[in-house]
Amino acid sequence: MEHIVIIGNGVSGVTLARHIRKKSDKKITLISDETDYFFSRTALMYVYMGHMKFEHTQPYENWFWEKNKINLKKGHVKKIDTENKQLFFDDNTNMTYDKLVIATGSKPNKFGWPGQDLEGVLGLYHKQDLEKLEELAPNNAVCKRAVIIGGGLIGVELAEMLHSRNIPVTFLVRESSFWNSVLPVGESEMITRHIQNHGIDLRLNANLKEIRSDENGRAKSVIIAETGEEIECDLVGLTAGVSPNINFLKGSSIETDKGVLVNRYLETSVKDVYAIGDCAEQREAIGNRKSIEAVWYTGRMMGETLAQTLCGNRIQYNPGNWFNSAKFFDIEYQTYGWVFSEKNKKENEQHFHWKHKSDTKCITIAYDKNSRKFLGINAFGIRMRHEVFNRWLTKEKTIDFVIESLHEANFDPEFYKKYEKEIREAYHQQSETINA
Amino acid sequence: MKSEINHSLSVAKPDSSHISIKQKIAVSFGLIGLFVFVLYAFNVPLGSNPIWLTGSLLFIALGVILFANDLYSKKLEGIKNDKVWFYSISSRGILGWAAGIMLTGFYIVLYFFEELLGQGVNGAPNTGLIALFDPLSFLLKGKPASQWFVYGTLYTLAILIFGYKFLLKYRHNRYQQLRTISVMFFQLGFAYLIPEFMARLNEQPQYNLPYYDLKSMWPLNYYLFDGWSVDSFISSGTLGIGMLIFGVVSIFIISPILTYKYGKRWYCSWVCGCGGLAETAGDSFRQLSNKSIKAWKIERWLIHTVMVFSIIMTVAVIYSYLGDDSKNYWLTKGLFISLVIIILSAIFAWTIIFKRKEFGKDAKYGAIGYFVTITLLVTLHFTGTTNHIFYIPSWELRSAYGVYIGAIFSGVIGTGFYPILGNRVWCRFGCPMAAILGFQQRLFSKFRITTNGGQCISCGNCSTYCEMGIDVRAYAQKGENIVRSSCVGCGVCSAVCPRGVLKLENDSQKGRINPNEILLGNDVDLMTLVNNK
Repeated sequence: MEHIVIIGNGVSGVTLARHIRKKSDKKITLISDETDYFFSRTALMYVYMGHMKFEHTQPYENWFWEKNKINLKKGHVKKIDTENKQLFFDDNTNMTYDKLVIATGSKPNKFGWPGQDLEGVLGLYHKQDLEKLEELAPNNAVCKRAVIIGGGLIGVELAEMLHSRNIPVTFLVRESSFWNSVLPVGESEMITRHIQNHGIDLRLNANLKEIRSDENGRAKSVIIAETGEEIECDLVGLTAGVSPNINFLKGSSIETDKGVLVNRYLETSVKDVYAIGDCAEQREAIGNRKSIEAVWYTGRMMGETLAQTLCGNRIQYNPGNWFNSAKFFDIEYQTYGWVFSEKNKKENEQHFHWKHKSDTKCITIAYDKNSRKFLGINAFGIRMRHEVFNRWLTKEKTIDFVIESLHEANFDPEFYKKYEKEIREAYHQQSETINA
Repeated sequence: MKSEINHSLSVAKPDSSHISIKQKIAVSFGLIGLFVFVLYAFNVPLGSNPIWLTGSLLFIALGVILFANDLYSKKLEGIKNDKVWFYSISSRGILGWAAGIMLTGFYIVLYFFEELLGQGVNGAPNTGLIALFDPLSFLLKGKPASQWFVYGTLYTLAILIFGYKFLLKYRHNRYQQLRTISVMFFQLGFAYLIPEFMARLNEQPQYNLPYYDLKSMWPLNYYLFDGWSVDSFISSGTLGIGMLIFGVVSIFIISPILTYKYGKRWYCSWVCGCGGLAETAGDSFRQLSNKSIKAWKIERWLIHTVMVFSIIMTVAVIYSYLGDDSKNYWLTKGLFISLVIIILSAIFAWTIIFKRKEFGKDAKYGAIGYFVTITLLVTLHFTGTTNHIFYIPSWELRSAYGVYIGAIFSGVIGTGFYPILGNRVWCRFGCPMAAILGFQQRLFSKFRITTNGGQCISCGNCSTYCEMGIDVRAYAQKGENIVRSSCVGCGVCSAVCPRGVLKLENDSQKGRINPNEILLGNDVDLMTLVNNK
């Protein structure tokens, strides 16, 4: 029986294992040194905040794995011998495989800041990071202030987490407005205000110069590069993005760059070795996508795709319309298609922006200013229907159509106030101004 | 994790690090109010009952209101589940167990030892706790209080004040707001005030009204067709008959129509009193429901057994009430049994013919249940003497149901165990009404919870906060709609979802149940392949 070994029990690896099991009776082994069972990484924040216990983040009951004959192996792979198709573990045991899949995810970025490896400095990615956080910042008596470096999605989650335990947070963000490298200015500014409304000490245009240590090798303060200001703290969160977690591949014959290089079939440079999820790097980016997509949904899609290939139906990873979602404290964010920030958008991309007076809801619709083709939407505080936008994107509807049909895409709970009329009026007003 | 263990096992200072000074003051207000009840229960003389009653109720209300204000109103609108699993009371910690034991004790006294509460027997005046409520009872219905009046008052108060807390917690969510106002309204009006006023009208000779909560439906209201109940309707003349007819129409016509259009939520989380208490006072315990497949199996066996029991019991009770001779009354025993069998057969045939596919694996169990019921009914008719079912007097069956299901299951376990098993134990495992509505919801309804394409991140908030123990995530992460008979449509899964994935909807039956993985984001060909099992 063919033995498929998957390194990493995150969403990519687990989705792959589940789909292989559905289609075949191959021997499957899932390796992880992080946890015994699959859990939802995106839910770690809710464990610290007390919304859930860790066991609630596990989507399958513990009997699931044995019942579906998916072998779980706890261990850390330190070396791969692709010649003899062998894995070597930390504890000097080994394992052979017929097909190997690398799905080891990411690790938090560190950019060589002085003091980045001190005690009291951590990222937020692994379950171990959460355990460390619980130890370093159980409450505001032990952790009197925390400083977070890097204004992305994980940074704002960490801010919300610490805030839930009444720990004062200083949040250093390189950009002039929160996440404006990705979000258009109206949205970015609204989220900036929302973060500040929660009492977060958000510092814009602020880079980290160094983390200072006390006499015991523990972080005691950070210095801001621009102003030289020193901020005392008991915890430093490094949330300046993630990069592929592939150090253990050094010295193997598998070709890597930032991630494990793969073709559209998710095959690496070595036969019978594949890579999926956060750690895979496309040799050529697909459409507007980045060559490394560290997103839950893409990891899942790659798992589904590779399962087909490994079960004898070799197909390409061919993701459809882009979508994503997040939550900034109390404001939900969904995006369908492509809406670029002012910095990154192409010449033909034009935006229609509407913001509700509550300053907690807004949308931005991107369209081609020549053809009026609908390119994408960012929605904040209003839920939108994935299926509808997916269809509109595929059918290349115009912005005018989207504005007139927006009510079809509304996914807010029943009895919620509807904003389509207000949005439509704002749209007509803006286009009149443009035309005048 | 370390801190959780500390919190839930901390004996010396449970919760001290989580509760603000204001919240502590609020809690002590509530405890003072409850302490007055304890003093009265032990017949400690305190003086004027009206003042002490008003004072204690006010203190309890104030305690909850001040607590809620401090907990929620200072924060921005949004989901308020911070520290739920750290508080001892809401995570089966010591306080949770203590509260569970006290509530259970209260229900045991209420149902089986009412004299401990001071119920006056044989016309003797009330003493103790029940006497404390006499002034309010005289005010409303002109009669002294009973243990049920005390219970009804406290029940209504709990729904109102914890309803306020819930409204504040979900002030950003209009579905939750309207639903909560609805249960508060139905409890205060239909379950509490109107029946009491009807009783008061009976003071005057021209009135003879039955005590009837119009919204309480058979078989939840299992005594509706008891001899005494039917007699009291009939003795009330046209109005009484009208109410009895309304009771029958409710379950056979109104409820199926509303359930078809909106799912069983129209009742369970908008109208019902049991649901009302669960959604308000029980809200802090919703995360304690068991989500395992094992619990789901137990649920299905238990609730359908109770349903069959309640139907047989009711049929037996009506059967023994009726006569044999059609000259006296058109509805005879024989005709009645035949009618019941015809109705059950029609429902069974309809389900098997039109809903075979949706019914799926459950069809076998449904068929077994149907044949067991019919066999029991036929045997009842041919073996039973007038008042007996298998030689068990029907009133014994009826009183067994009343004690084991009506009192112990719905009260002692259903509410007493809130802090241990979650707030919908009764609704999930025991309510025969929920079973009937659930059957309709699963097979004959437009209602479903829609999953928003591929946006699920499997975080588990929906499953954790499902009070009915439905593993919502198991469906959502596969892109499947949630169509479950137990769903009471509280809408909390949708509210707590951080990615906007879930929406309660009434839409056409086509494509309602979609057991395919329709995750969007992949190209269409791949999805076809994935679904090709």
